[in-house]
Amino acid sequence: MELLLSTALGIVTACGIYLILRGRTFSVVLGLSLLGYAVNLFIFAMGRLTSSQPPVIVDQAVAFADPIPQALVLTAIVIGFGMTGFIVELALRTRNDTKSDHVDGQEPGQTDDALKTSTVKEAALQASKVGKTA
Amino acid sequence: MNHFLVLPIVLPALTAALLLLLGGRVGLTRVISFASVFVLLAMCIHLFTQASTGDIQTYALGDWVAPFGIVLVLDRLSALMVLLTSLVSIAALYYSMQGWDNRGKYFHALFQFQLMGINGAFLTGDLFNLFVFFEVLLIASYCLLMYGFGERRLRASVHYVAINLTGSAIFLIAVSVLYSVTGTLNMAHLAERVATSSPDDIALIRSAGLMLLGVFGVKAALFPLYFWLPTAYASASAPVAALFAIMTKVGVYAIFRFTTLTFGGTSGASADITTPWLLPVALVTLTLAAFGALAAKRLLEFIAYLTIASVGTILIAFAAGGTEGLSAALFYLVHSTLIVAALFLLAEMISQSRGEAQDTLHSGPALLQPVMLGIAFMAGAVIVGGLPLSSGFLAKLMILQSTTQSINMPWVWGIILSTSLITMIALSRAGSMLFWKTTYEVSATAKAPVAMQWLPVIFLFGCSIMMVIYASPLKQFTDATAQQLKTPEQYISTVLGQTTDRAPRALPKEAM
Repeated sequence: MELLLSTALGIVTACGIYLILRGRTFSVVLGLSLLGYAVNLFIFAMGRLTSSQPPVIVDQAVAFADPIPQALVLTAIVIGFGMTGFIVELALRTRNDTKSDHVDGQEPGQTDDALKTSTVKEAALQASKVGKTA
Repeated sequence: MNHFLVLPIVLPALTAALLLLLGGRVGLTRVISFASVFVLLAMCIHLFTQASTGDIQTYALGDWVAPFGIVLVLDRLSALMVLLTSLVSIAALYYSMQGWDNRGKYFHALFQFQLMGINGAFLTGDLFNLFVFFEVLLIASYCLLMYGFGERRLRASVHYVAINLTGSAIFLIAVSVLYSVTGTLNMAHLAERVATSSPDDIALIRSAGLMLLGVFGVKAALFPLYFWLPTAYASASAPVAALFAIMTKVGVYAIFRFTTLTFGGTSGASADITTPWLLPVALVTLTLAAFGALAAKRLLEFIAYLTIASVGTILIAFAAGGTEGLSAALFYLVHSTLIVAALFLLAEMISQSRGEAQDTLHSGPALLQPVMLGIAFMAGAVIVGGLPLSSGFLAKLMILQSTTQSINMPWVWGIILSTSLITMIALSRAGSMLFWKTTYEVSATAKAPVAMQWLPVIFLFGCSIMMVIYASPLKQFTDATAQQLKTPEQYISTVLGQTTDRAPRALPKEAM
């Protein structure tokens, strides 16, 4: 079981790291999720691998499954789920606003001119907003 | 048990929930949010006076006894950090009420969640709980960073979120490795277990310790993990950037806590775990940050590099100066957080009074209120650059003095003094570009800063001046703090109490 689990963890982590290093937000989001799964499994395994053991210490039991990593994993899963939801929304929003799904928000090789015009546009927009409120 | 201890976490949480329910009613949310931060400040002053007696107080959540339940711990360092947080946040919040908070619906609620996360990270005595509070402050900071939207913010957010999520994954790996070897998550208990760990486990513990250093390095923006910071901070809105000035210090705090407490031992697994890394990394961080400041194209980016430089300086003092250096580092930490927050606010005022030239460091139109802004910028430059009679000068002097005995003294003095010079050159360049190399016309879109914006900046400058006037009592406090950190026995015995029933986890061998 140890061999199976550690190989699986290694493969999932490697895939996650590869995907995180890709240039498109979709792969990065997938990579972060995969890395999250690997980490959750890893936490779980750090309570040692047991099967059919009670999670609490009772006098009769010869062995027990450590309950704390299980609780930690639950917390980590919840937080990871929330974060994944957030970054998916962020990636979609960026794709929508910048017309590019590259993590830099612009296609490779694209000059900064586009960035500059957008900054000026943004400033004009803000100025008009301020004018309205005043 | 002192119930005051949990209030800096509970108060912002409850306020945030209330603000979410109230939704978009601007007037009411402003009043509630500001009142809450004001009460928080009063509470933090109270906690600060309690902690300055030298007693360490603990609060067991749900009354679960120390190594088994989660504890909050208030020592001098925690008290100083929460007080600093509330000082910066009250200024940032007041500034935001001039109009920033009106551009989205839930600014105040997010602000309170951020405060909850920061205070929690400073007060908790449990490693996994520290992770949870990091996540709370991070998710709030993601939302605050994007606050007001715009393409630039979105671009910066993608990088910021991705690197922090990766950091969280590594944090979890380190936490679970430490747990698997020591069987505990309580920081004080960890310190005990790490010091007495069996030789077989040393490699695992040390790698977990270095992974933690890496994660805290991401938060504190240490070389080579600081590249996310300049774009992120430069694209955040002014009050958010000012609040973020304390966020890098959360990472610094965690490094202080871990190197002095959990890995504070001098033998076994914990010996010298960070020593070979911390000083070189801090020196490189400071050097690169100074050059970054020199090369910055926008004023906000420039100040973001000053934030990185402050982290570098703090950790140099910590790594090279021993107890005295730690005290100087704490003094510098307070000084730099206050002044960087003030500069972020000031930068936006300069930016708005230049119209569409914004905060670019090119010659542009004349400024509205040039005299006031110019004096304020010069005052800020004097303080942050560390010219005599400012808090920056005192802090740098203390750092230099504390390292006279160190064998690394030539490196430390050389780099701190030369980067100070580079920073001064960069500051004069930015100042002359913004205030002198201007045309005569004021831009049509320029908007004069109002009194509500000036007040928080003057408040933060005032805090910095008070640091000079009351330098002696503050130095005595940081001395005592450094002493307390360097003798973690008091912390450990207070947290773990007299419980003798802390037998090592009886793991059956066949389950291993």
